[in-house]
Amino acid sequence: MKFIHYLEKISKVDIYALLSFGIFFLFFLAVLTWVFKSDKNRLIANSRIPLDDQEIQN
Amino acid sequence: MQLEKFYYDNKIVKAFGYATVIFGIVGMLAGLWAAIQIYAPSASLHYAPTTFGRIRPVHTNAIIFAFVGNCIFTGVYYSLQRLCKTRMYSDTLSWIHFWGWQLIIASAAITLMLGFTTGKEYAELEWPIDIAITLVWVVFGINMFGTIIKRREKHLYVAIWFYIATWVTVAMLHIVNSFEIPVTLFKSYSWYAGVQDALVQWWYGHNAVAFFLTTPILGLMYYFLPKAANRPVYSYRLSIIHFWSLIFIYIWAGPHHLLYTALPDWAQSLGTVFSMMLIFPSWGGMLNGLFTLRGAWDKVREDPVLKFMVVAITCYGMATLEGPLLSLKNINAIAHFSDWIVAHVHVGGLGWNGFMAFAMLYYLVPKMWNTPLYSKKLATNHFWLGTIGIILYAVPLYWAGFTQSIMWKTFTPEGQLKFQFLETVTNIIPMYVSRSIGGGLYLIGALLMTYNLVKTIAKGKFVANEEAEAAPIVKEAHEHTRESWHRRIERKPVTLLVFSLIVVGIGGILEMVPTFLVKSNVPTIASVKPYTPLELHGRDIYVREGCYTCHSQMVRPFRDEVARYGEYSKAGEFVYDHPFQWGSKRTGPDLARVGGKYPDSWHYNHMDDPTSMSPGSVMPTYSWLLDDNLDTTTTGAKIRAMQKLGVPYPAGYDKIANTELSAQAASITESLKKDKIETPPNKEIIALIAYLQRIGKDIKLEQSKTQTAIK
Repeated sequence: MKFIHYLEKISKVDIYALLSFGIFFLFFLAVLTWVFKSDKNRLIANSRIPLDDQEIQN
Repeated sequence: MQLEKFYYDNKIVKAFGYATVIFGIVGMLAGLWAAIQIYAPSASLHYAPTTFGRIRPVHTNAIIFAFVGNCIFTGVYYSLQRLCKTRMYSDTLSWIHFWGWQLIIASAAITLMLGFTTGKEYAELEWPIDIAITLVWVVFGINMFGTIIKRREKHLYVAIWFYIATWVTVAMLHIVNSFEIPVTLFKSYSWYAGVQDALVQWWYGHNAVAFFLTTPILGLMYYFLPKAANRPVYSYRLSIIHFWSLIFIYIWAGPHHLLYTALPDWAQSLGTVFSMMLIFPSWGGMLNGLFTLRGAWDKVREDPVLKFMVVAITCYGMATLEGPLLSLKNINAIAHFSDWIVAHVHVGGLGWNGFMAFAMLYYLVPKMWNTPLYSKKLATNHFWLGTIGIILYAVPLYWAGFTQSIMWKTFTPEGQLKFQFLETVTNIIPMYVSRSIGGGLYLIGALLMTYNLVKTIAKGKFVANEEAEAAPIVKEAHEHTRESWHRRIERKPVTLLVFSLIVVGIGGILEMVPTFLVKSNVPTIASVKPYTPLELHGRDIYVREGCYTCHSQMVRPFRDEVARYGEYSKAGEFVYDHPFQWGSKRTGPDLARVGGKYPDSWHYNHMDDPTSMSPGSVMPTYSWLLDDNLDTTTTGAKIRAMQKLGVPYPAGYDKIANTELSAQAASITESLKKDKIETPPNKEIIALIAYLQRIGKDIKLEQSKTQTAIK
């Protein structure tokens, strides 16, 4: 039967998987860095946006 | 600073809210009807439009696009105005969006019941409706971005990011997956074939779950949960990480729907890895939701809105833990094609989507009608009916899926398959009955809610235009110099949109490009030939009747499947399949090698009355196929469309196709005659038999040839 395996035909297919993971990893690091560097008070203020128009009990 | 006075538009929220309730009930009724048909096939009424293969797409489309769709729009139109401190950009666009969407739903219901379908799950709607969806979606986008641009709140709250990502990703998914070539007004062929069609379809299918059933609802959670609990979300930091990693990872996970199929192995592995990674952002979101209620659990005891939300978020957590586990190949080998998947989907659908919708409605109606809920007790009863309904629905189906899958795989000590396929189905019928009871309870709960809301509305007074005040945004002189890159993105909705598109685009491109560009990626098999005109018509009937809702066409490379069905499926066998019909659920056996397995007369009798050929069968009757005439006026157009898609019919074949069709039909009529069945050759059943007898045979020819001439 003339059935050919894919991996023999796409040369260096593993680069796609590695690249995918690499891109995500760098992206994730960037988001983490940003989140932990950002100003806490501003984050607290932002998180209260939905509640702005009502009394906040606590 | 001068405060500006303005009015929130509640009327559009009301309209979408009503549509949510109505289509929720319609969708659930269709689901219940389909569920009953599985153990009581005569509930199909022996009528084409109400048979399982058509009712099931009606159910899925109604729930996804009508119920959850309208729920999303209700929530977005309510929360976006308040988060941006402005009225919607344009009332006209709001109403075009509303009526456009309802028109799409109505035409979807009608066309699906009439059998107009593309045969691709959750994307069944035919090309004119696809275009309408695109236009209405653009209207929604303009209205949303217009609102965001004229906002009075500088920062875009995280819920809005989820709305933006939803909008842009759904647009991308819908357009890419809907490439199709029209044949007639209500018939088209998918642009892609076989493996590629499968990859695009499940990239779409999975991300429809991600970006239609998950991200917009998460946006609603980030707005309505803090509102209902009257406290800010547990961690805003976590919500940012949740957002970016969720939209980035989700887009890759599609191939986990195609494990062990003919899809290239590297794509399957990629799907598995990213699916496992999905646990983290999903659970980050779930914990962020549940922790918001820390110290407020006493409120949960009192407030029906919070009750529904807690169960919804818990179900979200359960489903998003289970999803990655199901994408492990060893677990998938058992769960795939079984009722396990149906249970999994409904934990998400009934638990997460349904309960979030109910919570939102219970919150919104008293707010907009300015009156307390008619009956808290009734809402609590709804909550319990719904919760028990989910359990009664899901647990038996998990049991059924696991049992049936193990039965499929059981061999006798002599090495024979222990169970006939039908035995494995009849064995789990009690579970199917219990499932429909669970679904029934859930539906009764929804009806209680409707009554409760109607009563609340009756005693309240609707506030069509809600007054509000806010200061306009003032430009700060130094704002650009000191702020970080992300701060800038957050402020600029269009930049956020572009970033989201890039983030989701990377996944789609890296996953699909190799499969598309490298021609040898789909190895052709010399003996695989295009369908004959009669077979092509038969295949279209197969698609029209929704056979793929119960039958797969994909033999996985497992010992039991090869023993039961035959040689496992190869990518090269599907190169002329526009659309692919691999299916996702086996309520009936796989059909990838059904060609030549039974005589023509068996199929004829089986379609007329399945129990005559396999006693105890739960397949519905398709007797109209024996009476209805095959429409051969479209043969030429179909051949030409296929030629355009690269199917190698010889030039001018469209002119002689009907002659060949008649010849093949005559030979089938002849073979039926030998078994004492008299039928004219122009009936639909003849075309269907031609197709069924063809499926999976090309490769059998190849094998017998190689056996005679071993290299």
